[in-house]
Amino acid sequence: MHSIRQQPFKTAVLALVWGWLLFLVLAPNLLVVGASVMTRDPATFLSLPLNLDAYRQLFDPLYLDVFLHSLYMAAMTTLICLLIGYPFAWALSKVARQRQLLLIFLLIVPFWTNSLVRTYALKLILATNGLLNKALLSVGLIEEPLQMLYTEGAVIIGLVYLLLPFMILPLYSVFDDLRQELLLASHDLGAGRLATFVHVIVPLTLPGVLAGVMLVLLPAMGLFFVPDILGGSRNLLVGNVIKNQFLDARNWPFGAAASILLTLAMALLMFAHKLSKRRLGEEGA
Amino acid sequence: MKTWLPRTYLTLVYILLYVPIVVLVVFSFNDARTGYDWGGLSLRWYEALFNNTAMVRAMWNSLWLALSAATVSTLIGALTALALHRYRFRGKRVLNGMLFVVMMSPEIVLAISLLALFLLVGLQLGYVSLLLAHVTFCLPFVVITVMARLSGFDESLPEAARDLGASDFIMTRTVLIPAIMPALLAGWLLGFTLSLDDVVVSTFVSGPSYEILPLRIYSMVRVGLKPEVNALGTLLLVFSLVMLMLSQWILIRSKR
Repeated sequence: MHSIRQQPFKTAVLALVWGWLLFLVLAPNLLVVGASVMTRDPATFLSLPLNLDAYRQLFDPLYLDVFLHSLYMAAMTTLICLLIGYPFAWALSKVARQRQLLLIFLLIVPFWTNSLVRTYALKLILATNGLLNKALLSVGLIEEPLQMLYTEGAVIIGLVYLLLPFMILPLYSVFDDLRQELLLASHDLGAGRLATFVHVIVPLTLPGVLAGVMLVLLPAMGLFFVPDILGGSRNLLVGNVIKNQFLDARNWPFGAAASILLTLAMALLMFAHKLSKRRLGEEGA
Repeated sequence: MKTWLPRTYLTLVYILLYVPIVVLVVFSFNDARTGYDWGGLSLRWYEALFNNTAMVRAMWNSLWLALSAATVSTLIGALTALALHRYRFRGKRVLNGMLFVVMMSPEIVLAISLLALFLLVGLQLGYVSLLLAHVTFCLPFVVITVMARLSGFDESLPEAARDLGASDFIMTRTVLIPAIMPALLAGWLLGFTLSLDDVVVSTFVSGPSYEILPLRIYSMVRVGLKPEVNALGTLLLVFSLVMLMLSQWILIRSKR
């Protein structure tokens, strides 16, 4: 079909993109896997012999606590995003079309602003002499300013604030596809509102939920600047551990092993997402 | 049907999303020294910002990096999307899969893997390492944006152009490129924003020779409050809004 003259173009394009991906995606990731099984070396970062010490260190109670705490904060973030985002996406999908576009635009605008600057803005609000405390004091709800900054709650608020649209957008897209006839059919077949929600709406929106969870849960473990600005030294994420190990402690094998842990978590979530979509496809057929 | 409940709810969430931004903008004009109290209107933080030479240099560095990263990733991404759309080749699924994995990977995983690579090959950390890293994480977004446009594209148009005797080059220039122009623009803007906003990857792959804005801000806000950051944040917000509106304007114009 295509003439010979096109072939050099095809070859060149494919070589370029393959080259880029192999050199800047595949090779670096293999290096990380390699680094995780090597020995820490203060001078050259890494040295032989090969061993699994780094992985053993992941289960060191000290780090295990940090990881579990990070997982807990990420899970809370995801849950809160879901609780806010699910009804939000539902309500959004019911708004008139023209206004929907404007509302989505408004949802995205803040996310065109530097995330670091937005995290910093939260500090103005949450600080001990910040705006929220001042407001609460002036209406007499509290008598002493509350310690909100440098707490677990502040980190979770920061993460929710940064990641909420990543939950809302995939949910909005499944609600937008949700066909009204299915809801009417469910109603005609005698299902109440609750039964329709549990048996029709929830299963049909599940892929959106999982996509949202995937887009929120993993970054919520990696965004190290949020605890740096809002959380103090006791509320660390996996991302902070990886960063410290690579840039400060110079313990590459351990940092690499922690990063592989995150990658495995990602693979698991992607698999669950795929499974839910496939199940839905079979039921729909 | 009750409509006030969803409406109230939507409004409430939007208010919560915008409060920090409004606070930031208002406080950027604050004359007070402490940062938490209101001391009247003033432009002193904007003045302080522009008198801070390290900050201004970082701003230019960031802009230049974002411009070049967006341009390179749009070029490579558009070519990749065209190849994925038009050609059949071995490993197509693997290529798609790799792009998807890059998009979904936690940034920090990408960041340390690139740092390991750059140190291994002995690349000095600076503009080049930042550019390579930024193009890599922008690439999948450009490919997806252009692919989406191509998948809705009427295949009979290029066929007709060929039947009328247009060479492949002419056909690409006169039919394909105008058709995917909005996607190219959208992809470019997405890349530009992603690059300008990135903190995580840049923390790892930048060196002292090329300081960029997010890292400059990062080192400032970690210790206490810096009112200049309010001014900078406001400027960045206005800048993004102008870019966004410009792109909308071009899109609307291109449809006429």
